[in-house]
Amino acid sequence: MTRYLIRRVLLVAPVLFGVSVAVFLMLRLIPGDVVDVILGTEGAASPERLAQLRALFGLDRPFHEQYLTWLGGLLSGDLGRSIRTSRPILPDILTRLPVTLQLASMAMVLSLGIALPLGVLSAVRRYTRADSVIRIVGLIGLSIPNFWLATMMILGVSTFARGVLPTSGYTPLAQDILGSLRSLLLPSVALAVANMAILMRMTRSSMLEVLRQEYVTTARSKGLVERAVVYRHALRNALIPVATIAGVQVGYLLGGAIIVEQIFALPGVGTLILNGILQRDYPVVQAGVLFVAASFVLVNLAVDVLYAYLDPRIHYG
Amino acid sequence: MADSMAPRADPDAGAAPTPDPSTMPTMGPPSPTALRGRGEAGLRGSGGTEAAVPRRVRRGDLWRRLARNELAVAGGLILALVAVAAVFAPYLSPEDPLEMNPTLLLQPPSAEHWLGTDEFGRDILSRVIWGARISLYVGAISVTIAVVAGVTLGLVAGYFGGLVDDLIARVLDVVFAFPTILLALGIVGMLGPSLTNTMIAIGIVYTPVYARLARGTTLAVKERDFVEAAVVSGANSARIIARHILPNVAAPLIVQTSLSLSLAILAEASLSFLGLGTQPPDPSWGTMVNTGQRLIELSPWPVVFPGLAIVLAVLAFNLIGDGLRDALDPRLRA
Repeated sequence: MTRYLIRRVLLVAPVLFGVSVAVFLMLRLIPGDVVDVILGTEGAASPERLAQLRALFGLDRPFHEQYLTWLGGLLSGDLGRSIRTSRPILPDILTRLPVTLQLASMAMVLSLGIALPLGVLSAVRRYTRADSVIRIVGLIGLSIPNFWLATMMILGVSTFARGVLPTSGYTPLAQDILGSLRSLLLPSVALAVANMAILMRMTRSSMLEVLRQEYVTTARSKGLVERAVVYRHALRNALIPVATIAGVQVGYLLGGAIIVEQIFALPGVGTLILNGILQRDYPVVQAGVLFVAASFVLVNLAVDVLYAYLDPRIHYG
Repeated sequence: MADSMAPRADPDAGAAPTPDPSTMPTMGPPSPTALRGRGEAGLRGSGGTEAAVPRRVRRGDLWRRLARNELAVAGGLILALVAVAAVFAPYLSPEDPLEMNPTLLLQPPSAEHWLGTDEFGRDILSRVIWGARISLYVGAISVTIAVVAGVTLGLVAGYFGGLVDDLIARVLDVVFAFPTILLALGIVGMLGPSLTNTMIAIGIVYTPVYARLARGTTLAVKERDFVEAAVVSGANSARIIARHILPNVAAPLIVQTSLSLSLAILAEASLSFLGLGTQPPDPSWGTMVNTGQRLIELSPWPVVFPGLAIVLAVLAFNLIGDGLRDALDPRLRA
């Protein structure tokens, strides 16, 4: 167990390193460089000013040196500064992080709360009408773009139930717990639907797989009630692959949050990244993307570790 | 249980005693990280080596099985509709999708304008029809980029193994570490918003899924007798890969492609919605929803119809993908 954990953690290190290199390289994709972008807003500049700015951003130094300086900054908690506001980026990300985390968590809780029971029902009643309806609803859920769903929900609420639920803005948890949950209810539903569909399909196929296993037949032949067979014996094992996918889906939720936050005017990390892109504030985009990708990697690590505890069958040498 | 008496006419229903590694991602011969693809697409793409070897299905069988699957047939019909709209847009659309008409702004659906008009008085039906062209075009190009790049990487990694394999696997792990839409946004954000950059970004984002799929199948196939026979008879690597290994990658590839197309269409719509993909005035469905939502209080139609078009197109590929997977490998039926 300990050995597995150590190995698993060691395997994450090169991935995080690769992510940092990739994000650093992203800046190389810009036509021209950051200095051209800044000067684009300031008008023409003298060659001295150009050289001065390039030196300021370290662009006059060799590539690997630039990377090491940047990485050193990252490791000491310095994600750089916005080229639009000159403010340090890390504090901005940290103040916005709770919004995104709460949104993603609410979406995950919603999806699991609906996907698991429906997925089990669908598997247990395989090929019945209930199963068909659940499968088709799942496929449609998978096909609805979250931005359109969000827009239609706002339209629906403002037409038929004006004022019942907030359609924009965020109330912090510390200020008003219920109000905070309400302010993120519509956004989290918009974000949850596709995720829910995926988890539901996964639960169904995983349950079907497990229900065919010999130990399930054994449990039945011992005379156990079907309920006990399904919930005590089958479901627990069926949940293992579902947990992995739920971990992977965190990435979907964090990515989707960028779009959904924008629509509901939520002050999260997503809006920070998106505004960074629209204002061509590259350091902000770089830092935001790095932060979200790193969180995603760490969440998956946490999920892996978590079920290494839950499932005694996992013994990676 | 009624399981064994499945009303579906499926010869293989229920006859799958072996656990399917692709539904148990942590149990399969593991790639180093558990960061498999995201969503279902990645899942199916990641299968263990054993399950990744497709059973070759004869073409006639495949079509018959698909034709029996009502949902797949429905998907095929919807796709045919979208494809016809895309191909024959110039003949089908009642009006010029770019022609503005200041006297007919934001009209509701009517006899002259079946789906109403938008904020510039443009005919929404015509724009939705032309939008099909952009959607399918972006989907096709970006998925082609992903397939060509991914399958090449996967075949090379799987066939040669060793250092090459390790190197490719590490790079793919890094790409997998980014949530798809975030990576696509990042790439487009840096390259600058445009249709071409959108296709490049989506192509890059979905490359690893194909690489992993092709690698897994290659690993499983290359130990088989017919490959060894080819090696012994002196065929070179390129020939072995092309003639003996690639055909075996084809089946899982087809399923994945259908699902990737649905994801690529969604991604293009999302990027365009954010103003980073297709640029106005070109009629992309995502762009239409974006411009329409600003005036949604005045008229919902410019948002409703393009959105429905996205749902239908994506649904079509999802239905077909599911049907293909069931037909090609009944053990994987979801």
